[in-house]
Amino acid sequence: MTKRDLIEEIASRYPAYSRRDAEIIVNTIFESMTEALCNGDRIEIRGFGSFVVRHRDAREGRNPKTGDIVAVSAKKVPFFKVGKELKMRIGDGFVDGCASGERQAAESLGTEIDSGSGFPAV
Amino acid sequence: MTMTKADIIERIHERVGFSKKEASEVVESVFEVMKNRLEEGDTVKLSGFGKFVINDKVPRKGRNPQSGEEIVITGRRVLSFKPSQVLKKTINSAWR
Repeated sequence: MTKRDLIEEIASRYPAYSRRDAEIIVNTIFESMTEALCNGDRIEIRGFGSFVVRHRDAREGRNPKTGDIVAVSAKKVPFFKVGKELKMRIGDGFVDGCASGERQAAESLGTEIDSGSGFPAV
Repeated sequence: MTMTKADIIERIHERVGFSKKEASEVVESVFEVMKNRLEEGDTVKLSGFGKFVINDKVPRKGRNPQSGEEIVITGRRVLSFKPSQVLKKTINSAWR
């Protein structure tokens, strides 16, 4: 599915909106998300997932072909973590590093499972 | 700061002039459509942002790092996000 397909599907779900409206909506969503990441903000979309920007220090890398040392400068890298609902829906039986059985057991005992990843639970 | 759906809804409300209720419904739909597709195992590609890809993992042997006990890690489907070059560039130019 591409952005175009997504726009088409939104337009057909909402006959009251023009295709252009659907396009602006979809673009606005991802533009505002891009902006948030540029500001270094986190994004939490409940039921979908969360995004964070991580810092990568400068390092010495190697050209794998020649073995030459190359300088890799510091950079920011966006990361996505899938949310619980979507994770279950796509058929990943593991949630936050726990098998669903363990999770149920932990929940029934009232134990918090902390994945320690720095991502908020979404 | 953390951006949430509420902030995106606010944006749509301001920019498109939709009521908050309308904006909220349509934003929810956008993510719902994406979730439905991903659930079917489809890739969702958003030019300028990135793509969401479903990968099937085969069962493999692992070890409990605490006890050293050998266990089978079950096969599963995982979702990964590949940020687009444009997104990576934009984030890095904003930061520099």
